[in-house]
Amino acid sequence: MDELSHLIQGFSIALTLPNLGFMLVGIFLGVLIGVLPGLGGANGVAILLPLTFSMSPTSAIIMLSCIYWGALFGGAITSILFNIPGEPWSVATTFDGYPMAQKGQASRALTAAFTSSFVGALVAVLMVTFLAPLVAKFALNFGPPELFAVQLLTFASFIGMSKEPPVKTLLSMMLGFALAAVGLDSVTGTLRMTYGQESLLKGFDFLVAVIGLFGLGEILLTMEEGLSFNGQRGRITLKDVLNTWKELPQYWATSLRACLIGCWMGITPGGATPASFMSYGAAKRMSGQPQNFGHGAIEGVIAPETAAHAAGTSALLPMLTLGIPGSPTAAVLLGGLLIWGLQPGPLLFTEQPEFVWGLIASMYLGNIVGLLVVLTTVPWWAAILRLPFSIIAPVIVVICAVGAYTVHNNLQDVYLMVFFGLMGYAFKKLQYPMAPLVLALVLGDMAESSFRQSILMSQGSLSIFIATPLAGAITTLSLIMLFWPLVGRLRQLNRD
Amino acid sequence: MRSDQPIQTRWIELLVAVCFAVAGIVVILDSQRVGNAWASDGPQPGYFPFYIGCLMLAGAAWVFLHTCLRWRLDGGRQVFAHAKEWRLMLMMLLPTVTYLVCIAWLGIYLSSCVFIAAFMVWQGRFTYLRSLLVGLSISAALFLLFEIWFLLPLPKGPLETWLGY
Repeated sequence: MDELSHLIQGFSIALTLPNLGFMLVGIFLGVLIGVLPGLGGANGVAILLPLTFSMSPTSAIIMLSCIYWGALFGGAITSILFNIPGEPWSVATTFDGYPMAQKGQASRALTAAFTSSFVGALVAVLMVTFLAPLVAKFALNFGPPELFAVQLLTFASFIGMSKEPPVKTLLSMMLGFALAAVGLDSVTGTLRMTYGQESLLKGFDFLVAVIGLFGLGEILLTMEEGLSFNGQRGRITLKDVLNTWKELPQYWATSLRACLIGCWMGITPGGATPASFMSYGAAKRMSGQPQNFGHGAIEGVIAPETAAHAAGTSALLPMLTLGIPGSPTAAVLLGGLLIWGLQPGPLLFTEQPEFVWGLIASMYLGNIVGLLVVLTTVPWWAAILRLPFSIIAPVIVVICAVGAYTVHNNLQDVYLMVFFGLMGYAFKKLQYPMAPLVLALVLGDMAESSFRQSILMSQGSLSIFIATPLAGAITTLSLIMLFWPLVGRLRQLNRD
Repeated sequence: MRSDQPIQTRWIELLVAVCFAVAGIVVILDSQRVGNAWASDGPQPGYFPFYIGCLMLAGAAWVFLHTCLRWRLDGGRQVFAHAKEWRLMLMMLLPTVTYLVCIAWLGIYLSSCVFIAAFMVWQGRFTYLRSLLVGLSISAALFLLFEIWFLLPLPKGPLETWLGY
């Protein structure tokens, strides 16, 4: 088994003292980010990315990915104790987690949530370990047309699978592409859409966009809700943990289903949020007692948490193997790879094995560390959320401002962040999804250059995208995804 | 519009659609400027953005028409933000903008300290002393983290110059 020897090598990299330290720091920061409103996986990683520029890429990715795992864990704490989803993917956890806490079963709900998150992540990492090298090997045969077809599939599945209106998904995505095109055209060196503004030469940085959209936008929304955080007490004793663990194996079917949904939604860019809702829905439909859901059914906690973590973890598979992130946070990590001078894609596995396998090994370790950390430190995090919002809000604004500034040491980025913040506020309220915008902004240049290389090969004919069986198959799949909402609408009309 | 009336979703929907349309037009015009056709050496720089702009324009038109067609049906029932809500939102937004503008003059450390303390006094009814202490400690933490440990300089103002940084 080639993968196993690589993995062992990876563990030897991840298990060094500094890397274990970064892992711990990452998990702590991640849980903090997950607990606080306005800071989430994507913008938390975006804010901290500039701090890692001087670190070795392997240590940097270990720390940043651990922030991601921490944020995934942290979201559950606020959902269960406060009925406030710290992260979009933990919305579904509030449905049953909070009722459980109200009944005095907070520690049972928390243990179930953390353990399921861990199981979901573990299954996803196992899949990444064995599937990613195969996908990477396969993807080595990809030429520009296949690469563009895969990118098309990514974007088409966003339109086909988002719960937001398809047209709005399209608009948000196209805005991302348009913003990505601003600045120097990488092929011809022509300036595009700069209108004589020197500051636009570099184009729009997706990190600033992410900090604004997800950070400031979220703070504005939270402020508007006038939240007062009234939560249940949470303290987990060893007895609670052991009792809950004894109980969990009987829900293996729910868990397995959630893992499958999560892995699938993570690889295709559905992301953790839709995965958690789908999994909750599936668990409710398949359950023997669907009437218990919403009133504190433990399955209602297991299902969304497992799926969210599985999706969040498996989102790294397409990022590592194809250079296509499966979630906004993975998109930010991908941006980090580019900044550290690594070219994401199939070659990463052969050219930077210590980076890839160090990361994969850290995914195992990070989740174990994460589980231990959250199980032991829940009361602290709950205490943080008891701080009044009038302290938390300005502090987060300051953190966002610092984060936006450090991207390029440029004050204009800070003003740009406000613009994106307002955009995030309006988008959220009008049901424009933000993830496609971020992904398009990150992948825009790559998608454009593979498109241009492809049609250059065919002298301008779009038939190149169906010329080889592989490209043809992926393109066809993309088109099916793209027109899926239309099919659904027609079927609905027929039924009416 | 009276100030206690809610903002209707349909108006904002139209506004955002118009913004998207304008952005689409900007993209299309620029793609024409740099050339969006097929040149002897392949696609010109505006080739790809041209289609992006067209899709934006088409999408914006769709949303605009959709909103108009549902105008009567909606009847202003969908609310974007109630008066209380958007006032609360502005209470966050306006201080934030003021704070960010101040960074250019006062530097980030002093502005952050004042911003946090002022917001706590104004919104949280904290005492001046406690608010100032929180503001100072956050600024100090930022200073240690960025200037000392990570050697990433943040914008500084007259106070820091006076202190010798």
